[in-house]
Amino acid sequence: MKREPARWLPLIFAFLFAIASVPAARAEYADVVLNKHAEAEGVRPVVFPHWFHRVRFRCAVCHDELGFKMRAGANEVTMKDIVDGKFCGGCHNGDIAWSPDRCDLCHSGKPGLKSGIYGGHHSTGPGYW
Amino acid sequence: MPRAAILRFVAQVLACATVAVHAQAPQPDFRQWVAIEKDGVHDPKGPAVQSLQQPREALQPLAPDGAGNQVRWVEALRQGQINPRPRLHGTQPLEVRDTEIYLNLRGGTPIVKFPHLAHTQWLACANCHEGLFRKEVGTSGLDMRRILQGEQCGVCHGAVSFPLTECNKCHNTSRIGFHAPDGTPQGARAALVVPPSTSAAR
Repeated sequence: MKREPARWLPLIFAFLFAIASVPAARAEYADVVLNKHAEAEGVRPVVFPHWFHRVRFRCAVCHDELGFKMRAGANEVTMKDIVDGKFCGGCHNGDIAWSPDRCDLCHSGKPGLKSGIYGGHHSTGPGYW
Repeated sequence: MPRAAILRFVAQVLACATVAVHAQAPQPDFRQWVAIEKDGVHDPKGPAVQSLQQPREALQPLAPDGAGNQVRWVEALRQGQINPRPRLHGTQPLEVRDTEIYLNLRGGTPIVKFPHLAHTQWLACANCHEGLFRKEVGTSGLDMRRILQGEQCGVCHGAVSFPLTECNKCHNTSRIGFHAPDGTPQGARAALVVPPSTSAAR
């Protein structure tokens, strides 16, 4: 019995090649998206860039003094707290960094994003990373 | 002088010059950062992408690495390329500690030399102790499987500090010729190393 040559094989290769050649849009390592309340309240999700803050502040400022738990999603951050000077409001008060009335600068995420830690460069894998 | 000899001489001079130029040339920097309007998390239609700083602008001047933010943060701090604020209120500095701990003494992979110094320059003691890790050496039950699941060291490594693909940054000490510090109990999994600067002060 003569076997038919697999005609679909080149198609699979073409498909794999197409996947491999599409540049993946990737967040910077350790970017955090906060969207527990944002979109439900009618604003874009927040994108928090760790790299930007790390150039200017050591970890202890936010994770010790300001009380941010070291797990994305574990912090209940509300605009009321921020305006009252808690969490982001420790710096985002118009004095150290821009004030909370500059909504769009923090609420800059793509609509529909899930909360969590994002980022390229070898950060994809099992578990939480 | 025959023409061939002259040509050979010229070629040798050129080769030497090329080697000299390359020896002095800085290492090429192949790092690339995705612009925030194309990174998949920022809304390219939003106004912020016009005004927020681009990662490339902030990170390219810093000590290069091949993973994570492609920056060796500890090295950037050591070289003074960055001077991040250690405290928001008050002048109390972070409590720096320079002891080191050998971990994984009974494992198969290379031994881990954990530097307190690099960690205490960034973090407060309370970020790790007594929650994630206990202060007493060898009692924290470190487990690579739990680290890979984002617990213990994996709370930061794999999320914000260098990722868990960089095995030998932590597993950095060869077992060959390794001798545990004096006083380490037989069969211990971890041992404290007190650096000369600290032990001299005691």
